[in-house]
Order: sequence, then structure tokens, then C-alpha cells
Amino acid sequence: MPKKYHIDVQPIANRFPVIGRSGIVDWGEGCLKCAKCVKTECVYGVYKNRSFSTSIMGDTIDEFCKSCFRCVQGCPKRLIHKTINPEWESLGDELYGPEIISITWEQAATGKIPVSGAGYGGKFSGDGFDSMWTDMSEIVRPTRDGIHGREYISTVVDLGRRLDKLEFDNEGKLLSQAPLSIRLPLPIVFDVFPFGDLSPRVLSAVVSAAARLETIVFMPYAEVGRYSDLATHIVPLVAADMLNEADLASFRMVEIPDGRETAEALIFLKKQLPNLLVSVRMQALSSPDTIRRMLEYNRLQADVIHYVADEKGHEPGVNEGLHIKDVIKEINSGLLREGLRDQVTFIASGGIAMAEHVVKSILCGANLVGVDIPLLIALECRVCRNCRDGLSCPVSISQINPNWGTQRIVNLIGAWHNQLLEMMGAMGIREARRLRGERGRVMFREDLENDTFAQLFSERNS
Amino acid sequence: MHYRNIWNEVPQPKVEHTPSRFGRALGKYTVRILDACTDCLKCVAVCPQGVFQTKGNRLAPPLDHLCLGRECAAKPNRCVKNCPVNAIRVGLNPSSKALGDFRWTPDLLMSAWHMAETGKLPSNDLEYRIGGSDGGFDKLRFRFPDTPPIPDMDRSRIDTSVPLNKKNDGRFDIVIPIPIYGGGMSFGSISQITMLSRIRAFAAWGSFTCTGEGGYPEALYPFDDHIITQVATGLFGVKEETIQRVKIVEFKYAQGAKPGLGGHLLGPKVTEAVARIRETVPGSSLFSPFPFHSVYSVEDHKKHIDWIKAINPKGLVSVKVSTPSDVDMVAVGSYYAGAHIIHLDGSYGGTGAAPDVAKKNIAMPIEYAIPKVHNFLVNEGVRDSITLIASGGIRTAFDIAKAIALGADGVVTGTPELVALECVRCHNCESGRGCARGIASTDLELVGLMELQWGTQRIINMLSCWRDQLREILFRLGLRSIRELVGKTEVLAHLDYNSSIPDDDIRSSLV
Repeated sequence: MPKKYHIDVQPIANRFPVIGRSGIVDWGEGCLKCAKCVKTECVYGVYKNRSFSTSIMGDTIDEFCKSCFRCVQGCPKRLIHKTINPEWESLGDELYGPEIISITWEQAATGKIPVSGAGYGGKFSGDGFDSMWTDMSEIVRPTRDGIHGREYISTVVDLGRRLDKLEFDNEGKLLSQAPLSIRLPLPIVFDVFPFGDLSPRVLSAVVSAAARLETIVFMPYAEVGRYSDLATHIVPLVAADMLNEADLASFRMVEIPDGRETAEALIFLKKQLPNLLVSVRMQALSSPDTIRRMLEYNRLQADVIHYVADEKGHEPGVNEGLHIKDVIKEINSGLLREGLRDQVTFIASGGIAMAEHVVKSILCGANLVGVDIPLLIALECRVCRNCRDGLSCPVSISQINPNWGTQRIVNLIGAWHNQLLEMMGAMGIREARRLRGERGRVMFREDLENDTFAQLFSERNS
Repeated sequence: MHYRNIWNEVPQPKVEHTPSRFGRALGKYTVRILDACTDCLKCVAVCPQGVFQTKGNRLAPPLDHLCLGRECAAKPNRCVKNCPVNAIRVGLNPSSKALGDFRWTPDLLMSAWHMAETGKLPSNDLEYRIGGSDGGFDKLRFRFPDTPPIPDMDRSRIDTSVPLNKKNDGRFDIVIPIPIYGGGMSFGSISQITMLSRIRAFAAWGSFTCTGEGGYPEALYPFDDHIITQVATGLFGVKEETIQRVKIVEFKYAQGAKPGLGGHLLGPKVTEAVARIRETVPGSSLFSPFPFHSVYSVEDHKKHIDWIKAINPKGLVSVKVSTPSDVDMVAVGSYYAGAHIIHLDGSYGGTGAAPDVAKKNIAMPIEYAIPKVHNFLVNEGVRDSITLIASGGIRTAFDIAKAIALGADGVVTGTPELVALECVRCHNCESGRGCARGIASTDLELVGLMELQWGTQRIINMLSCWRDQLREILFRLGLRSIRELVGKTEVLAHLDYNSSIPDDDIRSSLV
């Protein structure tokens, strides 16, 4: 049996006390000093374990409290209250909100898939990825083993072109050559960070994590020199006019940006460096012009098309642009229409914030996804973007120990990998390669609405 | 005094006042008494809600969860203005915001607690009908006519009963007086007191409770006629004897909160008692696989139903499935396989522990599945021969009525009963010693936080208030029976599609 892909997760502590959802407000004034104080009876030992943290200059109590409300209800003088922590509430932005940041920190610290009791407590649905549900199989579909066949679920994907047919000469000899490819054990690559206090320590942690996870990281060419021993896990981003000077011999793949000289550069690279995969980095736009260029690069034998949305997962530079999931659907359909879908690898990046977004992007038609900001959150980033304005990082991310950082990222992706297995197991899909564009395993809100509520309620309005 | 063994007794479905077991009940408003108070007790006389009580000659800590809020308190004839030393402060409870989540908002939790305490709707402005999820039930409203269509209808004679056997096949003719029964929660995931509280409360109302997959503890034997035993993929505790004890057997194919994933009970939770009832080895973890490895077609499924029917010749068979895109096909397949009840468990349903990624993303919410299945069964011409039961995110009497109007015959609940037992939705059922409030735990000290009689009565009270609300809804719609409401979607409006929808509050007549 082939070696199993295994991600070695290990619990690793946070550097700073976690900013929790709720806070305890505890008034000392009027305390009766009861012999049996509710604080001593806390099920979670919150009042016993609290301490003063010098890194936040504050009490760590809220890190331990699990909001059972027993002390709030039990104190005879009613001196204990709970609130939503305003610092938690203001974390992040509209995509990386406090919930996602908290749960990403937890996964990076534990390497475990988030599990909780009681039913789902979130919104009914939302925008972007929150407007779709994945399917599962019930009774009538064959070949499912649920999560207990998980060791047989493969998350392997290939980067590179595929032949659409084999060619033979007159004597029946095979003329076609197997195209180059890179095999990754999971459908996740690390993309360039849109912001961050990216010291060599941070980048070193990211590259080492990519190596340990057997995946790849995209990185501007100017940065790659420092990590030459891990070059096979790095994809340098090279401007088309720099190709002559760049030393690309030690890499497996290179990425060039979409632009006026891209076609020329593609032809040059294919000719000069036939053993190098070439990816074209494009803005994730659904405009016909972009799709036309994408098809052109495909015709010029680009191995990978890499579509990059903005930080929050929308079409870059477009007012009220489409969400990346809809852009992926457009691209996938475009390629299918041209009969080219199987020939090229399609990576989608930008706005991939949770494990479920990986599965959903692939269901919409990507082969794999690029992840960026969540890797920084694994390093305790609070998505405050102070660094972008030249202000200091509240968690001094540039000062991390690279080994600590590597394990945090490995933990996060380990937890994500497990979640992919859960979702694929429920769908009865055993191969990430078969997940691509599998629209029969996804339910979009607009379709469900049209099938049910629109039919029941809409005509009455008119 | 004569000792009554309530452990074996089916109680009466009567409302009895049953206050919080945790000292101060959590409410929307707080009433603070400053030190200046002279115990003149004027406030006791002026409060219409009984917030102020005496303890000896002194003022007891106020029952502020009953308070109607600042507007009431500021009236000239009420507490604040009547206090001679100006020692009463009424404000919003700062802690309430930290309670609950989008599906179970603080208001919804507190109104359920109120129903469980008093059997009545809260008289203050708590929202008791919908949560804050911005979709599904929370965007549906009832369109009540301006005046009741049948004004002289006697509310107490409105029929809320639902037949569970529509097959006319000579098996038990079971009719439950309320369109609700209790969903499966296994022994081990909740305490025995919680389990029995639910069973006794549903039994009091003449309904049923499902055992879940954890087997059939002896403590349940006195309630055999009110129990649904579950046959799930792990077949834990499934014996000929347990199948024959009951009137309804439920096949569980999947659970809405974690469809397609099966279950995993960790070794430490497999105590001696759990292992004995499940017929397994203590300390070793138990897998409940997905799917039934002996069911790969409707024919296989029929074989299983036939097997149950042969073992229990009078019993009904329910089939519990989750909500995939082809749930309508699954439902009709179950009908042809001979099921009496098709039970759809939507994706936002409860669980003792499940991956968040599964709870949020896998399978469709029940609101979509109900009309999909109902209409499909109608078009197939078999809707009148099968009972359609919905679960997975049913929280309130309004949710129940909406589910029925969308096409279900009745519903299964689970979480609301736990909320009646003062669950605060902290989502920590599974961590450490289990539920800190002693509901979903087997830790001896925590389990001791609740008494059986208290738990039973809280749920009886909530069910009573639900039944009253259902009757009021039917009264306002001019329907004499809940069976007339099934699939009657024209009484509903949806905020995304319809405009100028009137308020569907029914509180005025029920507080």
C-alpha cells in the first residue's frame, strides 16, 4: 500500500492571550464574602486559573470562561455580569470577522478540527461561500463509506497540463509524451500575502510549512534567494521582462503575471526551460476579455492558470464585483465550452478564509486553491492591517520563532485537511480530483429558493 | 408521608409554576435595589408582574426576569416613581447580549425559559416567535386575517392531534394529541435525568420520545408506550426484546447536524453503564458508521423495514433521514419500502458534538426540504398515506406551525426541551466534564444539579404553552384542526418576496 499522507499536528501555545468573545465584568463593591462563593465553584476553574498577563497588561480570565452563566446567576449580590468583548467584536474585517479569526487561532494552536456541541448557531445563509451547501448521500447512492473510510479518501491533485488525446505514428508507436506535472498531496497552495510584516522569520516559517506539508508557496522572485534549499517548494513570481536574468534552474514551476508581454514570455519559457511548469497569474475577473486572454494562454501551453481575487474574495478593482465562487464558475464554464477544461490546471486564490471554502471553490470548478491571510492569522495576526499603514504589529509577528510559526501553519492546514475529509466523506467522494466542478454535489441558495420559496411566494406579489 | 416513586409515573399535563434552579433567572431587564432601600415594600404592591416579593418583613432580591422594562417602570403608578427613597433602578440586562447565538437569540432563550417557568408567553417585549438567522423560519410570517374567520370557535376544542399511521394496515393506530414528539438523544450524551424528564413530559402530553442510538436503559421501561426506539447504523443496544417493547421503531440513516459522517463516542465516555446498555466494552470507543452498510438501495431498505415489521407485528416504522438534494426521492423510496413515518432532519439540527464544518455546510436547511418533499409526495399521489415529520432547527411554536404550513404533518424537537431545562446554548456540551449546567453530562456532580420532577415540569409547561399558541394560530386562521394547516402555504408570507406583511404577534390573548 502506498505511503499515507499524514500531517503531523502538535498543540503549540499562543504567544498572546487569546481575545475571547465574551468578557466577565466582576464588581468587587458590595461583595458579601460568602463562605461558599460561586467563583470557587466554577466548573472550568476560571477564577482559579486567571492571572495577570504582562503581554496584554490585563486579566486572562476571559480566555478560560466558557459562558455557562452559573456565576452570573449564582452570586447573591448579583455582582458578576457578562458582556460581548468589544475588542473581539472589532477584530478583522467583513470577511475575516471575529468568528473566523477565533476559530483559525484555535486550529493553529491545537491542530484539531473545530467541534462543538448543540446545533449550528449562525446565520441561515449569507453572501459568497455562505450561499451554498454541500450535498451528502443518503440511501440510494453507492460507494460511500462516510468518514470511516477516510483513510481511503485521497486529496491529491496534479499541477500541469493533461493530454486530451494520445497520438500515434503510422506504425502505431506512441508519439505523445507524458506532460510535466507536480503532484501535491492536498489541494491547497500558499499564495503571496497581500499585507503583513513579512520578516525573513515569517517567510521562513511559511516556506518550511509548505515543505512539511509537501505543497508549494508562491513568492516574489526577489525574496526566494534566502530559501534556496527549499526551492522545490517555492514558485517564484517573475516579471516578464526579468526572465532573462532570473536563475530558475532549481525550481519546478514559475509564475508570470498577466500582461502585454505574457504571451511572448510563455513561448520563451516553454522553449528555453522545457522542464519548468509555467503558471500565469491573472486578476480574477469574469470579463469576456479576461476569459479570452486566459484561453489564449491555454493555447500557448500555459500549465497553470492562477486566478487571484482581492483580499476579500471579489473581482479586483470592480465595484460590487462578483464573488470568487462565481468567477470560478464562469471560468470553468468558459473552459468547458471550449472543450479545454481537462487540459489546464486552474488555481483560485483570494478570499479563501476557511476549510469549507476550499471544498466549495473546487466544487465550483477550481482544481485547487491558494491561501494567504489565514496563514498569517495562524501566526496570531488580527487582520488589523496596521502594517500596511506602517504602524506596529500588535502581536509583533515579525519577531516569531520560525519553528513555532511552521508548526502553527502545519496545525492549521492539518485541521483544514481533516475538514476536507469530513466534507468529502459526507459527499461520498473519495478523490479531490473528482470534486472539481462536481456541481451535482452542491446546492446553491438561488436554486433552492427558485425550487421552493420563489414558487410558493413570489407570484402573489405581482 | 406516603412515598411516591415518580420515576415510574406518567405525570399530568398540568402547568405548575417552576422557577429557575440557578438562583437568579436571566431576563431582558435588571432591577437593582440601592442600599437606600428602607424595606417599605411599596414596590411590592405596585408591580403588576410580581417582580418584588417579600422575605419576612424585608424585600427579597427582585425577580427581574419578569420585569416589563423601563417603560412600565417609569409610569407614575409603578415601582420607580413610587419608591420614596428613589432606590429602584431598571435597565437592560447587560449580560443578556452575551447569551445565545443567531438561531437562538437571547430573546428566544429567555422567552422559552419563561414558558418553562410559567406555561405562558412572556408579557414583556421579548421576541418569542423568531430568531435572528435572517432566513428560513425567521423570514416567514403568518398572514392572519384582520378578524378571526370563525369568531365563535371555542379555542379549547381546536384539534392539535396528528395521526402517525396513515397506512390503514392494521398496525397501531397512533394519534398524538400534540403535533410534536421528542427526537433521539442517546443515553450518555445527556444525563438520565434529562432523558427521563423529556420522556415523562412527552408522555404526559400523550406523545413520544426517541431513545437515540444509545440503547434502552431499564429506567425507561415504565414508559414503553411512549418511547420510540432507534435502530441506527451502529446497532448499539438493538435487541429483539427492545424492538418488541415499543409501538414505534425509528431507523436512523443520518443526523441533520452531521449528515454522512456517522458518530464516534470516545472511550472515556463509554462507562460501565453505557457499555452495558449498548452491549459493548467499557472504555473502548464506539463508532457508529455511515451509512448502513447493509443498505445500498431502496430494496435493501425495504428488507430492513420488513425485518422490523416481522419482529414487531403491530409496531410502526419511522425512517429518519437527512436533507440531501434528492431528499424527495429518498422520501418516496421510504414510502414504497413501507415506512409509516418519513422524518426529515434538516441541517441546522442539534447534536451533542459535531464538526462545525458539518453543522454549517452539509445538506439543506429543513425549510427547503419540507415543501420539496411534501409536493413530491403529493404529485406521486401518496401524500395521504405517509406521515411527514420535520426536525432540525425547530425552536418555537411558530416554527412548528410554519413547518406544518409548509407541508409537514408534525415536528420533532430536541433543543427546545434542553433550553426549557435552562440550556444557555454555550455549545460546550462535549468539552471536559460535559455540560456545566448538568443537562448534557454524565458527571455525577453536574447531573445532581437537576431534579427529575423539576425537569419534567419545565418541559410540560413549555409544551402546554406551545399547544396554546398553536390553537391561537389556528383560531386566527379560522382552522378547526391542525391537519387543515398541512401544506397550506397561502397563510404564510416571506419577507424576501412579499411586502406589507402585518405583525403576527398573538401575545395579547395568551399572557
